[in-house]
Amino acid sequence: MPTVIVNNKPVEIGPSEKLNCIQAAERAGDTIPSYCWHHDLSVVASCRMCLVEVGEKKPDGTIAMQPKLSPGCQTPVKDGTVIVSNSEKVLAAQKATLEYLLLNHPLDCPVCDQAGECGLQDYSYKYGRGYSRLQEPKNIKPDKDYIGDQITLFTDRCIMCTRCVRFTREISGTAEMQVISRGTHEEIDIFPGEPCNNKLAGNVVDLCPVGALCSKDFLYQQRVWWLKSKNSVCPGCSTGCSITVDQNEDVLYRLKPRENPQAQGSFMCDEGRFGWKYAQSDRRLTSPEQRTGGQTVSRDWDVVLSSLSTTLADLSDRKPGTFVVTISPWATVEEAYLLAKFAKDVNPNARLALGPVRTVGEDDLYPKDIHGKPSLPTRFTIRAEKCPNRRGVEAVLNHFREEVIPFTTVLHEVENGSVETLFVLGGDPEGWIGDADAAKLDKLKLLIVQDLLASAASSKAHFVLPGAAWAEKDGTFVNHNGLAQAIHRGLRGPEGSRPDGRILFELAGRSGLFHAASLRQEIASQIPELAALSVGDLGEFGVSLTSAAKTEPQPVG
Amino acid sequence: MSTFEPTLLARINKPDSQSLETYRRDGGYEGFKKALGMAPVDVINQVKDSGLRGRGGAGFPTGLKWTFLPKDHPGPIYLAINADESEPATFNNRILMEQDPHQVLEGIAISCYAIKSKKAYIYLRYEYGRSYRALKKAIEECYAAGLFGQNIHGTGFDLDVVLHRGAAAYICGEETGLIESLEGKRAWPRIKPPFPAIEGLFRKPTIVNNIETMACVKQILDRGADWFKSMGVPPDPSNPRDAGSYGPKLYCISGHVNKPGCVELPMGITARQLIDEHGGGVWKGRNAKAVVPGGISMGFLSASELDTPLDFNGPGKVGCLGLGTAAITVIDDHTSMVDVLFNCARFFAHESCGQCTPCREGTAWMHKILARIRMGEGQSRDLDLLNEVASSMGIIPGTTICGLSDGAAWPIKNAIKKFRSEFEEYIQTGRKTVKPSDALMEVH
Repeated sequence: MPTVIVNNKPVEIGPSEKLNCIQAAERAGDTIPSYCWHHDLSVVASCRMCLVEVGEKKPDGTIAMQPKLSPGCQTPVKDGTVIVSNSEKVLAAQKATLEYLLLNHPLDCPVCDQAGECGLQDYSYKYGRGYSRLQEPKNIKPDKDYIGDQITLFTDRCIMCTRCVRFTREISGTAEMQVISRGTHEEIDIFPGEPCNNKLAGNVVDLCPVGALCSKDFLYQQRVWWLKSKNSVCPGCSTGCSITVDQNEDVLYRLKPRENPQAQGSFMCDEGRFGWKYAQSDRRLTSPEQRTGGQTVSRDWDVVLSSLSTTLADLSDRKPGTFVVTISPWATVEEAYLLAKFAKDVNPNARLALGPVRTVGEDDLYPKDIHGKPSLPTRFTIRAEKCPNRRGVEAVLNHFREEVIPFTTVLHEVENGSVETLFVLGGDPEGWIGDADAAKLDKLKLLIVQDLLASAASSKAHFVLPGAAWAEKDGTFVNHNGLAQAIHRGLRGPEGSRPDGRILFELAGRSGLFHAASLRQEIASQIPELAALSVGDLGEFGVSLTSAAKTEPQPVG
Repeated sequence: MSTFEPTLLARINKPDSQSLETYRRDGGYEGFKKALGMAPVDVINQVKDSGLRGRGGAGFPTGLKWTFLPKDHPGPIYLAINADESEPATFNNRILMEQDPHQVLEGIAISCYAIKSKKAYIYLRYEYGRSYRALKKAIEECYAAGLFGQNIHGTGFDLDVVLHRGAAAYICGEETGLIESLEGKRAWPRIKPPFPAIEGLFRKPTIVNNIETMACVKQILDRGADWFKSMGVPPDPSNPRDAGSYGPKLYCISGHVNKPGCVELPMGITARQLIDEHGGGVWKGRNAKAVVPGGISMGFLSASELDTPLDFNGPGKVGCLGLGTAAITVIDDHTSMVDVLFNCARFFAHESCGQCTPCREGTAWMHKILARIRMGEGQSRDLDLLNEVASSMGIIPGTTICGLSDGAAWPIKNAIKKFRSEFEEYIQTGRKTVKPSDALMEVH
C-alpha cells in the first residue's frame, strides 16, 4: 500500500487513490487549512492558505524536501510523499495569508450570518494574529443585494476564493457568477440582468467559506450556534440527497446538503433546499378527528385511535376486496410496513395500493451547456419523480401483495362502488387529490386519512390522523438507486400531530415504543428485498439494497 | 566597443525599413530559407549551441525550452509570441516591431519550423498601435509573397501567423496569463505543472517566446551559432546555475539621462557605461542615485553598484532579482526614493491580477503604507512592516502562482535595504510631498 508521511505520521492510502496533500493529511488526522479548494470543483490554488512543505522519502530512507512551499491542494501524493504542515515556515505562511485575507475583511462577525461556521473565523483563531496591522482605511466595496432571488452578496466580506464562480461554471454549467475588476478591487458579480437563479444556485451559499454569499431565506433568522442539526434525507425527489435539518426550538430554519458520494455528491437543489415551508405552514393538520354524519365525535388521540381500531376490526366480515389501504410514496419504509401489516392482520382480504407518484417533467441534468442542454459528464440530477420513497414503499407492498395497485385504479374502483373502505396514508406536500377526485370519495362507507396537510379528502374523512413531516420523524427512505438512508427526527411537529410511525404503532396495538432501528431489523427479516436493513442503524451514508450497487461505484447525482 | 556593429537594430531608421522589399534587399528571409533546408532538430540544435537565452526577462535558454515539447506530438503545437511588453521603461520589442517587423516575423517562421508548429500567435500589447499596423502590414506582405500560408517554398511546411491585440494588462506578459488571455479568458496565470510546453494554448503544447528572442533566432540562422557566442559573458564559475549570457542585447535607457533610447550592445555592459557612453550621462549635470537594472521588478542598483555588468548573472550578485528586460531607468540624486518606491508599489497594486491572496492584498497594502509615508504620517516601524510584507508575499518561493508577487516585493525590499537611511530621514522629518487629499485619492 502506498504510504504518505504527514508530520512524521505514516498514513496508508489506497493503491489507486488520487489524493492531494489536504486529503492525505485529513487521513492522518491533521487539518491543512484551505479556502479555495473543494473536492468537487477544479483546483485553482489561489487562496494560498494550504501552503505546506512537501518532500519525498527516497528508497534509501533519506528525505529530500523541496525548498519552496507548495499548495497542498495542487500537490498530488504518492508512495513516499512527505508532507509537513506544522513547521515554522508553514505556520508563518499561514499567518501571513490570514493577515492578508483579513486586511480588508470588515470583521462584522456580530452581524454576519456565517459567524460560528466561518472558515475565516476558525482559522484566524487557530493560525492568525489577534490584531490588524493595517492602519489605512479598508477597501469598501458595495454590497450586492440581488445576486439571485435567493442569494445576496456582502461584497466586502468576500475573500475571492472563486468557489461560487467555479460552481456555476462546472456543476450547474450556467456560469452566472464571475470576477470583475482586478487586484484588491476585485469583486464577485453577475452579468447585468443575468441573476444567479439556476436550480442549484443555493449551493454557492454553502460553498462560500465566509459570509459573503448569504441565503436570503436564512438571512438574520438565527445565529448558527443555536441551531441543532440532524442528519436527514431531502424528500423533494427520488435522488434522495443527504442533508442536515437545522432547527431551533422546533422551528425549522434551513436544510443543508451533506456530502454523500453514494447519494448525490456534495450538493442539493433549490427545490429541495427551499421546498420545506409546507412543514411549518398553517395548513398542517393539528388535531385528530373522528366524524360521523359530518359531526365531530372526538378530538382525543386515544379515543380516535381505539375507535378506529375497533371499526377496522369489524370490517373483517365485509365483502372481500372492499377494504383498500393506500400508502403514499412519501411514507417511510417503516410506516408502509406497519400499516400494510396491520391492514393484513385485521383483514386478510385488505388490498394495498401505492399512493399517487407525482412526476414533473423529465429528469433535470446538470451541468447545462450554453444552450441549456445537459452536457456530460452529469454532475447533478434533479429527478422528475418528486417522491422520496417509491422504491421503499413498493418493496413493502410487493411483499404483502403480489402487485402494486396504482392510485388511479383505486379511484376508479371507489367510483364504481367496489371499494367501500379506504385508508389513505398521505404525505405529498403538493396535495395528492384534487376536488374532482375527492368528490368520488363521497361514495365510500368509511374514509380514513392520515396526512400532514389538510386536503379535500381530509375534510370529508371519517377519521383524520394528523401525521408528521419528514423532518419530524425517524424512518427510512429508499432512493431511485436503491440506497436506503435514515431520516431522523430533528424537531417536534405542531401540537396535536404525531409521527406517523407512532400513530400506526399504536393503532396496530403493538407493545413498546416506535423505534426505527428495531423495526428495520424486523422488516429485514420479513422482506427479502429489504434484507440490507438488518443492520438497523443505516449510518451516515445509508445502505444499498442491491448487492450489485454495493460493489460498483454509484454514479453521482 | 567601438567596433561593435548592431545587427538586431541594423535596419532601424533606414528608409522604408518596414517593407518586405527593402528587407529582402538586405538579405531578409534567407535564414528562413536556410532553415527550411535543414531538419527541424538541427535548427533547434543551432539555437541551443548559440547559448541564446530568452530576452523576455527570465532568461531561460530558448533551445532548451523548445526541447521540452513532447516528442512526436501529432499536433497542433503552437508558438505564442509575447509582445505584451508591459514592464515599465521597456521598449526594445516596440522598436523591433515598429521599425523592422519582418526581422521578427522571419524569426517566428524559423522557430515555428524548428518546433513543428503550424500556427503562431503574436500577443501584442494593446497600446502598441504603430506596432500593430506595422506587423499587420508585414504579415499581409508575407502571405502575399508566399512566405506564410500553405506549402511554403514547396517544402510542405504550412504556417499561419495570427496577430492578436491584448486588452492592456501587465499580467498578460506572464506566459500562462498570456495563454489564458489568448483563449479569451481572464488573464489569470495558470498553476504549473503542466507547463505550457506540455499543455498550453487550447490545452496543446505551446512555446511562449519574446519578440527580441525571435529576432535573435533569425540572426543566429543567418550568421551561425558561433557568431552569436562570440559576444557576451561566459558562465560564472561561482554560479553553477548560470548558463552564460551570449549575444547582442537591446538595452533600453530611460529616466534622468540626457539621451534616452534603445541601444544594441553585447551582453555584459555595465550600467555606468550605458549611462555615460550611450545615454549621454545623467541629466542636468547631476549624479545617479539609483538605477533600475531591467524593469522595476528587478530592484535597484545603488550609485556604488553602477559597475555591475548587465548580463543574466550580474544584477543578481548585488541583490537585484536579475537582468529582467535590460531596461535601465536612471534616478538622479534629486529624486526621493520614497516617491520612486511609491510609484513602483502603485504600479504593482494596480497590475496584480488578484488571483493569489498574498499578491492581491500585499501589493495594495504596500501601496497604502507608502502612500501614508508620503503624506508625512509614516512611522519608522513601517519600514520593517514593508519588509515583512514583501518577504511574506514574495521572497519565500512558492507563495503565489506566478512571479508578479516576487517582482512586486523585490524593489520594496531592495530599496529599503539599500536606501534605508533616506527612508528613515523622510519619515523622521515628516516630509510631505503630497497633500493628504491627493494621497488618499491615489490609494483608492
